[in-house]
Amino acid sequence: MIDIQNVSKRYGDAVAVQDLSLTIPRGEFTVLIGGSGSGKSTTLKMINRLIEHDSGRILFNGEEIRRFRPEEIRRRMGYAIQSTGLFPHWTVGRNIATVPQLLGWPAARIAARVDELLHLLGLPPDEFRERRPHQLSGGQQQRVGVARALAADPEVLLMDEPFGALDPITRGALQEEMRRVHRRSGKTIVLVTHDIDEALGLATRLVLLDQGRIVQAGTPAELLTRPANDFVRDFLGRSERGIKLLGLQTVASRLRPGETAEGEPLQAEGSLREALSQFVAHGSERLPVVDAHGRPAGALHFADLLRPAA
Amino acid sequence: MNRPRGAALPWPAAGDRRARGGLAAAPNRVLLVLVLASAAAAFGLPLLTQAPNRLVTGTGIGLGALLHGPRLALLLPAAALLWSVFLRPGRVQLLWTAGWASAWLAGLVALAGSHAAAVDSGRTSFGGGFWVLAVLAWLIAADAVQRLRPGVLARTLGLAAVLSPVVVLALSGALDGLSLFKEYANRQEVFDAALGRHLQIVGLTLAATLLLGVPLGVLAHRRPAFGGPLVALLNIVQTVPSIALFGLLMAPLAALALAWPGLGIGGVGLAPAVVALTLYSLLPVVQGTLTGLRELPPAVLEAAIGMGLTPRQVFWRVEVPLALPLLLSALRLTTVQAIGLAVVAALIGAGGLGAIVFQGLLSSAIDLVLLGVLPVVAFAVVADAVFALLGAWVQRTRP
Repeated sequence: MIDIQNVSKRYGDAVAVQDLSLTIPRGEFTVLIGGSGSGKSTTLKMINRLIEHDSGRILFNGEEIRRFRPEEIRRRMGYAIQSTGLFPHWTVGRNIATVPQLLGWPAARIAARVDELLHLLGLPPDEFRERRPHQLSGGQQQRVGVARALAADPEVLLMDEPFGALDPITRGALQEEMRRVHRRSGKTIVLVTHDIDEALGLATRLVLLDQGRIVQAGTPAELLTRPANDFVRDFLGRSERGIKLLGLQTVASRLRPGETAEGEPLQAEGSLREALSQFVAHGSERLPVVDAHGRPAGALHFADLLRPAA
Repeated sequence: MNRPRGAALPWPAAGDRRARGGLAAAPNRVLLVLVLASAAAAFGLPLLTQAPNRLVTGTGIGLGALLHGPRLALLLPAAALLWSVFLRPGRVQLLWTAGWASAWLAGLVALAGSHAAAVDSGRTSFGGGFWVLAVLAWLIAADAVQRLRPGVLARTLGLAAVLSPVVVLALSGALDGLSLFKEYANRQEVFDAALGRHLQIVGLTLAATLLLGVPLGVLAHRRPAFGGPLVALLNIVQTVPSIALFGLLMAPLAALALAWPGLGIGGVGLAPAVVALTLYSLLPVVQGTLTGLRELPPAVLEAAIGMGLTPRQVFWRVEVPLALPLLLSALRLTTVQAIGLAVVAALIGAGGLGAIVFQGLLSSAIDLVLLGVLPVVAFAVVADAVFALLGAWVQRTRP
């Protein structure tokens, strides 16, 4: 979908991105992660030409992005940023309609799309359509920001630390929302963050950057189980690596169907990290598991946490 | 006028309100001072002056000598205002105060008109006492309206309502005996022409300021290397006294007129007046535009560009609407300034209400000066209110 080939970007003497090559496959949720100055935001902004790269090539669907007018390529890629950048003088509805309007959609189609997106992001359309951005909470503003980025059904969604300014609970809810959006739409998403837990929770592909170069790229599990070097190990949290790994897997993946056990039940859709916490908290080695409807599904043994996935 | 909400004049603290029978233990101090000053002015200064003709200094007539018969009704608003000092603070007291201040002001004006009509010879003019009382009455009313914490529209309408009885009196012919109105009757045509010219000068200045100032402000924003020197230059222009600037423009404009007679401009008259006033107006408008654009949240611009708005769309759909409130407040400033400065432009033959003012000054006819000055003040107040309303309207949906 997007092919970054040997791209570099410098500001005066400072190198922001150095000879970086990265393929972003269609339908993947790619998370670029790194500390400040790692070049992750620069890389993202070079994709929609908010920043022009100095050398190398960036291909979008096989075509060099410089062949397009910048506006054209940007309208085909949704864009959401940390401080939302909602237009304060427009209603929520008009904000979301920005790109469809630029593309000249008929009014009825725009109106339907706005309502659909408000609904998708958990904002009742009749209540929120006519509100102004300043009348919304931070989390609601960011939902509108995401809805606006998705409005014209873009081929790619670019997100620059979209949840960085939110409180942990709101952030968690929006991350869940993004997972759902990705599952339902299968859209190609590129997200920049410095929060490793956010990255592990969202990414299907994780790209760790440092000083303008890629240190390691792969699935979250690959980075956790086979870190390329000490930098990766440190970044992922040396002592918590095992716990983070458990966070990537569901109880359902280790479930012993049909078995029963005593105690407070675990959710089959919950992560093994939560299960570990329950085992320790209850001082128990076996706990029952229930499915999404609360029906008994089986049991999980403490030792199952160490067993490779079935 | 633009006192931020919440920073209102000192209310008596809540604990001071030991309200019994509607009376406040701690009276409103501002109102008390204004009422006491009014009482002093009413007794100490002549309300009107009476002179046989324009050249002789008139003799003063105090309020006491004027009050008899039905005119004693004027004591009613005076007593009501005095009473309002001791009323319990609140909406009712404020409306009561504003209403009676308006009645008091109208009563004073009506009294003057009635006296002038009764004398029917010589010149009856407003004296020092009248002006002091009128200003104090206005302050009492404006303070009361302000304390009601109205929105911009409500405040404008409220202040207009306070003044409306005086306007009705002036239009009804009840004041025609006053020398000010006699001067107007004598020179109605001159006055109308001067007013028209004044409007023309201000209108042309406003148009030229918009056409030049806004693009210059945008340019200064986009090219800081150009913006710095431009603002510095306009700052220097601001410091040149208006009369000197008018003079300085005479020579180049006269030369221009000689070179291209077809332009219809000259070294004196309308052209230098509009050019000079425009030069004065440019700084606030350039700076207002510049600041309005500069203070846009960077995230809003990044989002706009990132979503694929063209530079032109970013400008018209995002930058202009968001910078508009600051531009409007700059225009409000320059318009009021231009209305006042246009008076001076009469000295270089531009005409306008200034011509009447200077004619009055040269012939020591204070009424004639007033005939020129009062419309200028009224014009400025109205322009200020119009821009305030416009500003509130474009901001109606903002935080």
